[in-house]
Amino acid sequence: MKNYVIIGNGTAAAGCLEGIRSVDKEASVTIISEESRHVYSRPLISYYLEGKTDLHRMLYRPYDFYEKNNCKVLYSLRAERIDPAQKKVLLSDGSQLSYDALCVATGSVPFVPDIKGLEGVGKKFTFMTLDDALAIEGEVSKDSRVLILGAGLIGLKAAEGLHKRAGSISVTDISGHVLPSILDEECAALVRSRFEQEGVSFLLGESVAMFDSNVAVMSDGRQIQFDILIMAAGVRPNAKLVRNAGGACGRGIAVDEHMRTSLPDIYAAGDCTESLDVSDNTIKVMALLPNAYMQGHSAGINMAGGESVFDKAIPMNSIGFFGLHIMTAGNRTAPAEGGEAYEEITDKGIKKLYVKDGRLVGFVLVGEVDRAGIYTDLIRSGTPLEKVDFERLKKNPDLFALDAKFREQRLGGVV
Amino acid sequence: MKRVYANEKWCLGCHLCEYYCAYANSGKSDMVKALRGKKIYPRIRVEGDDKITYAVSCRHCSDPLCVKSCITGALHIEDGVVCIDRDRCVGCLTCILVCPYGAVVRGEGGVVQKCELCLKNAVGSPACVLGCPNQALVFEER
Amino acid sequence: MAISYIFPEFEVVRNFDRCITCRVCERQCSNGVHSYDEDGKVMLADESKCVDCQRCVALCPTRALKIVKNDCTFREDANWSGATIKEIYKQAESGGVLLSSMGNPQPLPVYWDRILINASQVTNPSIDPLREPMETKVFLGKKADDIRRGPDGELICDLPPQLELSMPVMFSAMSFGSISYNAHESLARAATELGILYNTGEGGLHEDFYRFGKNTIVQVASGRFGVHEAYLNAGAAIEIKMGQGAKPGIGGHLPGKKIVGEVSRTRMIPEGTDAISPAPHHDIYSIEDLRQLVYSLKEATQHKKPVIVKVAAVHNIAAIASGIARSGADIIAIDGFRGGTGAAPTRIRDNVGIPIELALAAVDQRLRDEGIRNNVSLVAGGSIRSASDVVKAVALGADTCYIGTAALMALGCHLCRSCHTGKCNWGIATQRLELVRRLNPDIGTRRLVNLLTAWKHEIAEMMGGMGINSIEALRGNRLMLRGVNMTEKELEILGISHAGE
Repeated sequence: MKNYVIIGNGTAAAGCLEGIRSVDKEASVTIISEESRHVYSRPLISYYLEGKTDLHRMLYRPYDFYEKNNCKVLYSLRAERIDPAQKKVLLSDGSQLSYDALCVATGSVPFVPDIKGLEGVGKKFTFMTLDDALAIEGEVSKDSRVLILGAGLIGLKAAEGLHKRAGSISVTDISGHVLPSILDEECAALVRSRFEQEGVSFLLGESVAMFDSNVAVMSDGRQIQFDILIMAAGVRPNAKLVRNAGGACGRGIAVDEHMRTSLPDIYAAGDCTESLDVSDNTIKVMALLPNAYMQGHSAGINMAGGESVFDKAIPMNSIGFFGLHIMTAGNRTAPAEGGEAYEEITDKGIKKLYVKDGRLVGFVLVGEVDRAGIYTDLIRSGTPLEKVDFERLKKNPDLFALDAKFREQRLGGVV
Repeated sequence: MKRVYANEKWCLGCHLCEYYCAYANSGKSDMVKALRGKKIYPRIRVEGDDKITYAVSCRHCSDPLCVKSCITGALHIEDGVVCIDRDRCVGCLTCILVCPYGAVVRGEGGVVQKCELCLKNAVGSPACVLGCPNQALVFEER
Repeated sequence: MAISYIFPEFEVVRNFDRCITCRVCERQCSNGVHSYDEDGKVMLADESKCVDCQRCVALCPTRALKIVKNDCTFREDANWSGATIKEIYKQAESGGVLLSSMGNPQPLPVYWDRILINASQVTNPSIDPLREPMETKVFLGKKADDIRRGPDGELICDLPPQLELSMPVMFSAMSFGSISYNAHESLARAATELGILYNTGEGGLHEDFYRFGKNTIVQVASGRFGVHEAYLNAGAAIEIKMGQGAKPGIGGHLPGKKIVGEVSRTRMIPEGTDAISPAPHHDIYSIEDLRQLVYSLKEATQHKKPVIVKVAAVHNIAAIASGIARSGADIIAIDGFRGGTGAAPTRIRDNVGIPIELALAAVDQRLRDEGIRNNVSLVAGGSIRSASDVVKAVALGADTCYIGTAALMALGCHLCRSCHTGKCNWGIATQRLELVRRLNPDIGTRRLVNLLTAWKHEIAEMMGGMGINSIEALRGNRLMLRGVNMTEKELEILGISHAGE
């Protein structure tokens, strides 16, 4: 009987377990979970604070998930080191676990900028785990002045989650606009104004020079008083186990399309990895929940002796703030690289489609997002646009713009 | 597994499937009561032009991207049927971002909904198929 | 013209308490009756365009619609009926010949409804068709008068070609052009499944349907559209159409706008040209001429196919039939004045021809009297509406019946009598692709098969009641019929006794 070990207990780990079990029902599977929690969905922590979900509904899989999948979970233990030669994992309690195949699904860690005086701030939190959210929940009150460091996805989600619980919320970012990693200025302005309507204020294009207890001194010298500081300056792949074991790593753990690392019988999946973005053919970290699951699932199948290739990764995000939805996918810098952009700006929102080399390579939708998956599929599949009625697609994503044969196959067959 | 298949050769573009869908999932015992004077949010949509039309609903993919992408686990598979636990859905719409068919849609109030083959409502088998006047929709094993 | 004197014939009654404004009525009406008013968020109706085809009624999911006769009335009297008044106004407006479709709707006698069928009591036991075999199979074609044997006593089997039918019903001639591709496919597939025959009409045979050849009658009419050697050989029999019950004495006219694409190719005439079938066959002025065509067709098909001659039921039909029986034809089809059509001048439809019941009885009797009944089989058509009409026709002397209107009704026809407009909402009498699509042949075939399967059960039931277990034994068995509500003369022509006798 094979012995599989998964380090991590998040989405990628759940995918990996399900992947293994889709091939091998018998093998022993052990999950090493640093958090003492049943697998839950980390992106839901802001929804938790907002009251849109609760601890029970946050579970990513039902309570009997491990039991049904015949999986042992070692809670509150950290994997300290991997010994690829001996095929062993050394745990924080000094014990060892041997494996036939190992999946590293250690996720990411919050990036905490090195700012003078940060250590002197009393109530400071990162915003990644449920423990973070619960800790913030314990501290925040109607009078709290919350300062959020970072206007990215995490920072803004934290702001949305807290806006009814806190007295005031300010968000600062070194970038001049919100969501700099996924939106251009024009789209970002729409999002920002939505937040401002809800009373959230922004300090953009400037950074915190230093903290003095409960005061942030901005680069322009302004002083911002706060009660709670949330550090949402981004995340970094948690690649150190593989890096220390001698595995190839860039910013994240390098994996191939089978989710293999450079080390024998060691796979990696999820936010700790970096892989090929098919929309622009570059290697990058794509710390996104769907990718994590799909990578994990693929890794699991391959670990258990099946065959699964995951080579359709693209960066993509679907996120909403106060009812304003934003979807982005693929390469949004195509125009700068010789591609073209199609833009449509209406009172309902903004649509930007990016085309390069006769293919759709990316898009941004703000507001109107229905059926966006049809665009996403065009990117993932690399469909040449000459084969579709792109003029029609531009206006409205529908299957009619694709050829009749595609429809016959997809609507008349098993997919 | 039995799925709903559309044949555009026989689709009349009458949109009845949409109304039968909305009715079936309304929980009401009378179509008039369920739909009169209301905007409908069907889980099947007719699209096309003035010549060719066809209905699109969830394909119940054997390897569904929406389930794999769901951040809450609300989308899941029950005996091959892609189902949604609407209580767990937080409306992040990632499923809409990934469904290649545009078959996952926002329902009334913005919560995501999708075809569950009427297995969970009072009809018991796809109402769109039962209501299709020309067998342009069939529910069968392929 | 400034005003029209004609008020809409029908009224669209919409129950707004039930209407969910799904707009299916609007999408399904090719006549443009229904529309949606965005401002008021209600459905509107322009009933002047309504032909009462009931498509919207059938598809309305909440049963919010009904179409009723408009009870607005002209100042009618026994002489000037509303219909007559309306026709005068119509012609005064248009200056044209009135056109209409389907069969004669006038209140002339329907003899089927005055004929009653016998049943066995005591002396001759009835038969339970569920327990005992019941033969409904018929063979059409020239029969031998006697059994002949060779020098060594062996049977001589040189019977001319025969058509085998599982029951005494066939689908009558309806051309591809007058009806849609999908209607044709439904008829062809149903005929094949049922073991009967359908008829191409004068429109040629679409190449897709050659595979149904064993169950196909190919027609040759005065326009000779779509006729070529392969066509003649494709079917099981060839029918020469001399006349049609709905419009005896006149030809046919399929407007150029219906001669599109496949129809044009199948008819072998250019797109957009009117397909005009002349009133007479220009090469037939006598029985002798007819004989030439009959034998030409037999030569073209190596004498393997029976030849049918179809005529409209008109005065002197018995003498006409006698001539045809001597022309070499194998089968005579007689079409009564209630037979349907895709388009006919109203005056012709309503005033020319005679009832099939009288024609059939007269022909059968005449052929018997002349000793040539076995020369031909007889097909009766022209509004056969039910299994009992079939049984009565067989007892009056028919070998089999043609059904047209009933078959179209199985396919969805609601007798709106607007075939000539080409906008059939049921996808039958139209060539508009978006309308043709409404008739899925899978459904059409099933409905036709259902209809005739039901009729077959009913025929067997009635035969059993009469103590007859083979349809052959019913043919011309007029003792099984009695008349009611008829004059001596009518009874005499039908060759039946009055009820009570």
